[in-house]
This record gives sequence, C-alpha cells and structure tokens, in this order.
Amino acid sequence: MKYELVAGFETHIELATKTKIFCGCTTEFGGEPNTHCCPVCIGLPGTLPKLNREVVRYAIRAGLAVHGKIADVAKMDRKNYCYPDLAKAYQISQLYAPLIIGGYVELSNGRKIRLHHIHIEEDAGKLIHQHGDTYVDYNRGGVPLIEIVSEPDIRSIDEAKEYVEKLQQVMRYIGISDCKMQEGSMRCDVNISVRPEGSEKFGTRTEIKNMNSITNIAKAMEYEYERQTDLIESGGKVIQETLRYDDATGTTSSMRSKEDAHDYRYFRDPDLVTINVDPQEVEEIKANLPELPADKCRRYIDELLIPEKDAQLLTKYRKISEYFDEACEGVKSAKTVSNFIIGQIFRRTETEADKEIFDVAVSPAQLNELVKLLDSGKIRNNLAKSTLEKMLDSGKGAMEFISESDMGGLDENAMTELCKQAVESNPKAVADYKGGKEKAIKSLVGFVMKNSRGKADAAAAEEKIKEIIG
Amino acid sequence: MGSISKIHELLTTKQISCTELTKSYLNEIEKSNGELNAYVNVTGEQALATAEKVDKKIAGGEEIGMLEGVPMTLKDNISTKGVETTCCSKILTGYKPIYNASVWDTLNNQNAVMLGKTNMDEFAMGSSCETSYFGGAANPFNINHVAGGSSGGGASAVGANLAAFALGSDTGGSIRQPASFCGIVGLKPTYGAVSRYGLIAYASSLDQIGPITKSVEDASLVFDAISKYDDKDSTSKGYSGNTYSTLNNDIKGMKIGIAREYLEGIRDDVKESILKAAEIYKSLGAEIVYFDLPALKFALPVYYIIACAEASSNLGRYDGIRFGYKTEHYNGTHDMICRTRSEGFGEEVKRRILLGTYVLSAGYYDAYYKKAQNLRGTIVKAFNDAFEKVDVILAPTVPMTAFEKGHAVTDPIETYLTDICTVPVNIAGLPGVSVPCGFNAKGMPIGMQLIGKSFGEAQILNAAYKYQQAANENFKDTDWGVKL
Repeated sequence: MKYELVAGFETHIELATKTKIFCGCTTEFGGEPNTHCCPVCIGLPGTLPKLNREVVRYAIRAGLAVHGKIADVAKMDRKNYCYPDLAKAYQISQLYAPLIIGGYVELSNGRKIRLHHIHIEEDAGKLIHQHGDTYVDYNRGGVPLIEIVSEPDIRSIDEAKEYVEKLQQVMRYIGISDCKMQEGSMRCDVNISVRPEGSEKFGTRTEIKNMNSITNIAKAMEYEYERQTDLIESGGKVIQETLRYDDATGTTSSMRSKEDAHDYRYFRDPDLVTINVDPQEVEEIKANLPELPADKCRRYIDELLIPEKDAQLLTKYRKISEYFDEACEGVKSAKTVSNFIIGQIFRRTETEADKEIFDVAVSPAQLNELVKLLDSGKIRNNLAKSTLEKMLDSGKGAMEFISESDMGGLDENAMTELCKQAVESNPKAVADYKGGKEKAIKSLVGFVMKNSRGKADAAAAEEKIKEIIG
Repeated sequence: MGSISKIHELLTTKQISCTELTKSYLNEIEKSNGELNAYVNVTGEQALATAEKVDKKIAGGEEIGMLEGVPMTLKDNISTKGVETTCCSKILTGYKPIYNASVWDTLNNQNAVMLGKTNMDEFAMGSSCETSYFGGAANPFNINHVAGGSSGGGASAVGANLAAFALGSDTGGSIRQPASFCGIVGLKPTYGAVSRYGLIAYASSLDQIGPITKSVEDASLVFDAISKYDDKDSTSKGYSGNTYSTLNNDIKGMKIGIAREYLEGIRDDVKESILKAAEIYKSLGAEIVYFDLPALKFALPVYYIIACAEASSNLGRYDGIRFGYKTEHYNGTHDMICRTRSEGFGEEVKRRILLGTYVLSAGYYDAYYKKAQNLRGTIVKAFNDAFEKVDVILAPTVPMTAFEKGHAVTDPIETYLTDICTVPVNIAGLPGVSVPCGFNAKGMPIGMQLIGKSFGEAQILNAAYKYQQAANENFKDTDWGVKL
C-alpha cells in the first residue's frame, strides 16, 4: 500500500524589534550572559509586563504578508510551565484570542497551505551546561516571537521545504526577522502523520520539536515517514508523542508521550490589557509593505519577460530584487540586466548567505550605466561582459575601462576586413566548418572579437563569416 | 484633625523636629513591637536619614508637602529597593529588591519617612495575619485577638500609633478587614487607581494598594498622593481630581443603599451597628434605600477560584534560582525547585496554589475558572445596576469582630467566610472604605464599609468623613504608641 504524508508546521520567528516584548531591554543576539536583562524580563516579584506596541505592528506585517485576517481585538494569555529558563514559570502568549487569524502560503505547484493563526509571545532564556553545573542566561528571555501555526495541509517533503523557504523569504522581505535557523531566530515544530493514499481520515501524528535547518527538517520527516509507515505495515500503531531529532544518527526519539504532555493551564494574563487594533493602523501598515516576493516574481515574468526560473532567483532575497529593480531603471531589456546578475554577479556571491547580503562591488547604478551603453549600441556584448568583470574586481565604473575608441562599434568595412582575415588565417577551422562541424565557426568569430577588441558584434560577425565562406 | 495634618502642623510650626518625631516612633516600636509583632523589619537608619533631610528643608525655610516627614510604613509585599521584602514568607527571606514599587517611589520622592515593613499573611493569603512566616500581628485593642489580615501588621501599627499611616494591599479584603478589626480606616481603591508595579502579586486582577489610617481625612490625603497613572502598569488608570477637597460636602439627598444580602448571616452586634450608622446617615439628610443584590451569593466561590488560579501562576517564579530561599541539599534542578517550594511555602499558600492549579487544569477549566469569570461579569453587572439606583452602598466590613488568636488556623473554611462582605468589591473592581462604627460587648471594634461606583472614591470618602464627624466616639484611640 502507498502512504501519503500529512504534515503541519508550527514556526517560531524572532521579531527584529529593537527592544523586548514586555520591557525596554535590547533584543540583540549574543552578549555576555544576563546583560540584556532587567527586573521585568527576569521576572522579579512585583514587576509587570508592558506590551511593546512595535511587536504588534511587526506581527500585523507578518499577518498581512501571508494574507491573514488581523483581529480587531486580541488578548494575551499565560502558558504555565516550570523550567529554569522561563523566569516567571509562565510564558506570555496567546491562545484564546490571537492577533492574526487564517491566511495561507502559496507553493509553486499552486497549492495553498492554509494557516490556522499567528500569535505573538515571548521567548525563554537559555540553559548553559558548564563544568558539571547548569547556568541560566536570560538575555533571550522576553525577545518577541510570532508563532505561525499551519493547518495539516502539507503533503510531501518537497512541499514542507518550500513552505519553510517561502515563509523565510516573505518574512525577510517585510523585514520583521532575519529568520536565521542556525541562530534560532526561526525554529520549526513539525507535526507529521501518514495515511493510506486516498484515505480522508488523518493518522495519528507525532510532533518533532525544535528543528533548526531545512535539511534537518527534510531528513527528520523522511525518517519519521518511513518509521510510521513501517510501523503500520507491520501491524503496529503510531503513538501520539513529542519527538526530538538527533542530527548525528538521523533518527527521532521520544521526548514525552501524550499522557505526559504538559497541561499548560492557559488563562488570560490579568497584567495586560486587551490589544485593540485600529483598522486604519492596519491600512497604514499595509500601504507601507514592500512588494512581496510572489507578486514581484509574477511581475518579472509577466511584464519584464524574465524566464520563471530566473525570476525566482532574482526574487529569492529582497536585496537581489531591489538591486535588480534599481539596475533596470530605464533600460531597454530587463533580461540583459538579469543575465548580468545571474550570469556574472552570482559567481561573486556563491553562498546563499552571500546572496542574501548581496554586498556587490558594483552598484546598481553602475550596472545600469553599463547596460545603457550596450542598449545604445555604443559597446558590444562581449566588451560589456569583460568590462563588468573588471568593474566587479575594482568597484570602479564602466567608463574607467572603456575608451572613446572602444565605443561606436565597428563600421561595416572594418568588419568585413576582419572577417576576411579570420577566414584566411584559419584554414583548419574553415575546413572543419565546411566538413559539418558547426562549432568551428566560433573560433573564427573569436578571431574577429579579439582583433576588434570586443567592439564587433558577435552575431553580425558570424553572419559575415558564413557569407564569406559561402 | 487627622494625624497627617497634625504632624504637618507640628513640623511646620517647629514644635517638633522630624528627627525627634521619627525617634519617638522608633522608640515606641522598640517598646511595643515585641507584643504586637506589627513590624517585621524596622528601617531606623533610613528613616532618620530622611527625617534629617526634611529637617534641613524646614530649617532652610522651604515649604514641605503634606506627607513630607510623616512617619509611615509599608506592607512587606511592597518592593523597596535595598530593603528586604519578604511577603512574610520563608521563600523570600533575604530578598532585597533592586527597584522600588511605584507607590514607594512616589512617597519616597515626597520624603515620607518609612519606619519599616509590616507584617502580613504569607503572600497576603489569609484573614488573620497568622499565616505569616514571622507569626501573626496582635490587635491593639486586645493583644489576645488577631489584628486581621492580610495587612494585619499595618493595621496593628496604625491602631497602636506606631506609624501615622500604612500602605496595605487588598485582594479580597486585606486592607478593610484588618482596619475594621483594629478600629481604624482602610481604603481599597478602584482597581487601576493605584499602580501595582512593585506590589508582589497574589491575584493580579484583584490586588490593589491602599491606605490604612486613623481617620478618613488621612486616608483621603494618602489616596490622593498615590493614585497616579503609572506607565509601568498596563492596568493603571490613575485618579483624576482629588478626594480631599470634597470631604466635607453636604450629603443631603445622597442615596445610601443597603443590600439585604449583606445583612444575612452576620453577628447581631455587627448588624446593629450598621443599622445605627444608617440612622445617623438619615439624620444627616441622606436617603436609605434597601435593595436586593442576589449575585452576592456567587462572590465567595468566584473569589477563591479566580484568586487561587492567578496565585498558582504568580507564585510559579519562586524556584530558588534568582532570589530568596533555596534548599540546601538537592539532586538536580527539578529536585531543587521541588524542595525549595516545599520548604519555602507555608500551608495556606500551598493550599491555594493547589486549588488554583486544579481549577485551571485541562478538563476543569470550563467547570471552574471559565464559570467563575462569567459569574464575575454577573457580579459586575449587578453592582452597575445597583449604582443606577444608589450613590453609595453601606455594608458591614466583616460579619464579626476580631477573633482570638489561633482560631483561624483551626478552621480555614470559617476564616474564608470572614471575607464574604469584602470580596465582592474586589471582584467588581470597586472602591470600598472601612470605617469604625462601634464596639461589641468585649470592646472590640466593629467596622462598616462604604462601597462606591468605579472611581467613586470622592463620594465614599465624603460619606465616610461626614459619618466620622457625626459619630466620632467610634474612632477610639488606644493607649499604645506616640501621642501627637
């Protein structure tokens, strides 16, 4: 029997607000232990939380970016559990009246992964085990989080990966988080079950906690899918439990079963008042949202005639798309700009991290200038390409490398003359070409390009050479 | 004249220096605290330093504020920077806050002279002050009787003239009940009128700081000083205007309501005093209106469910990691937390944590906590409706007078019942002031309560003041302490 995978995600994203959710402490990552703390975020007796309104605005941005409905009225609840890194022994979160309801993330196959809700909450501190002792660092305690809870709409590991990537992409675009999984500013809990293909009923699910990379999510899901199907195939039953994934062994193991599940005793936090959201505020936030990656990608394809694959590369990170948009200003063909970026600049930003930062020596304006020289026919493509390399090496503008004599291209006579020379001085290539080796013509064109110092138009040269050879 | 005005006059007319005054209070505390156990911590040095500052100002011809140089005390659940704040619990022994509660910031900035921290039921859970880790406070009228609770130490101190005023906290009656037991005045303000920042929480949606004083005008002065909006407390609203300027307003035509339910099941001597007070009000031109408030029967269970639920969460942070008591021997983090809490909390606190945990648990939340919240709404509405018909509600503060020591510990249920007249006010977030209104056969004070609409402090204090003027014999002094 074939089994279908069913998965839902709970994704925690740390918001990049300057200060914590309930006090004025910095949210900066790192720092000496317990230096980003105050009486409020270490839960000293008598202290009271004060909601940082910026957190609400950030969460609303997130909600709008995934098409969620922003609640008019939201409330904060206490989630009670005892753990040394949780200073108050409760986390201030939302259960009964979250800030954002519904929404979806659309995948490239057209499927929409529905969201149940998004709520705001505070992060906990961190335990440090050292010299046989346990220490607590509360720096992270009180850093604002949103938790994005999806419906169990994911049906494959590829969809799961794309879902996380899409979330990461859109949240980075709107600037609410850096979504660095390795630093913990984005973490996923995966709920996963299997069911016979065609079945409507959900199987029993397990929850894999705290996944910190997309690779691990895929590996853990693969393992868990196999484990659950094997179990069912061999007549066993999946037990509802919480699992941890061990990166070293590539396996999951039980943290606690349903019976041992925490009873969080949620109730409305009496220290915090109702959050009222003014529709006008939502409208303002909406108006200030940048163009979202999905919309951008569609526009590149439809209006700028960029191939879909390239459009996706250009929109993967906000910095790249902004670079592209700026470099496209007033050019004839956006495709040319795209080709320069993907073909040449990407070779200088090899890793994903580099692409995300997209710190390139050539400014978008400089690239724009170069493309316009090409557009106006003042220089040829090859010269443009080699010039871009020099620009990337030096950070200098195109005109530093292009002399007056380079511009204006080659006149008809000079071109004919050069082509004749190419044919005469390369009898072997000519013979090869005549013998059926189409590619041999390239070396003749190369001769023309070289001797014209890139001024010749390669396509025109090829035509001319073919004409001469006959 | 109230104690505060009297002290202000003594200081400004230089009949006594603030240092001399403070010293005499400290001497009396030294003399009497052994018997009364009102103070759990006396901060003489700090008090004298403030007094000196005030004396310098007076000597320099500067004007001083009404509360400036006035010796007072804070309940031991109000955070004071650098001064041990224990909630009279073993679990907070040695804990010195690194910040001030907003009310103390306010009073400290006005150079009020803090003599020390006063006794209370552990974490304000109790009605006799006897759940205190340091033992209960005694009643100045008879030291074999309790001072009441939970702010028993403050009431005992003020009743025994060991402080001109005290700040207490009231979650279910903890200011009004001990004030009633000790024959003095206690005001529980409207929820949100006084900042809770720095008040160590028992039940956050019910807790409110307020004054315990010898007279209505003192209560009014202190309330006016501390009822400020505080940005650090989201539930804070502050009080606009003041109550002092309208204290002596004519109450002719004021409608004073008596809910019949409040007179059920109370001791005869208490009932008699309340009815006598009603007669006095009539003679002052007020109109007495009897009405029904059936929702009151829900008040006690609603109170205990909500208060315990919030307490179970509020008290989760006492884990021995960051402050206070920590067990000596343990095996791992989990064991350390368990032992610290088992050893650090007293029986009553544990009882309420367990109750609260239970009513919030999966499967019981709807039956208890949610139902209690709904009934809370019913009670709020019932009071709102009542205030359509009346201006102020007159009720007993406690169904009885101060009981003998040891009684509360043996019968917790009966002790819970003593809160029956005070808790509705907290549930509805209303202001209530307890005023002495007589004595029983044994000479123990009886208190009456005036309940106002939300932010109706000016009205109830006005009514209380007029009563005080008309029935001054009920405001009896004791032989203890400093005679002004």
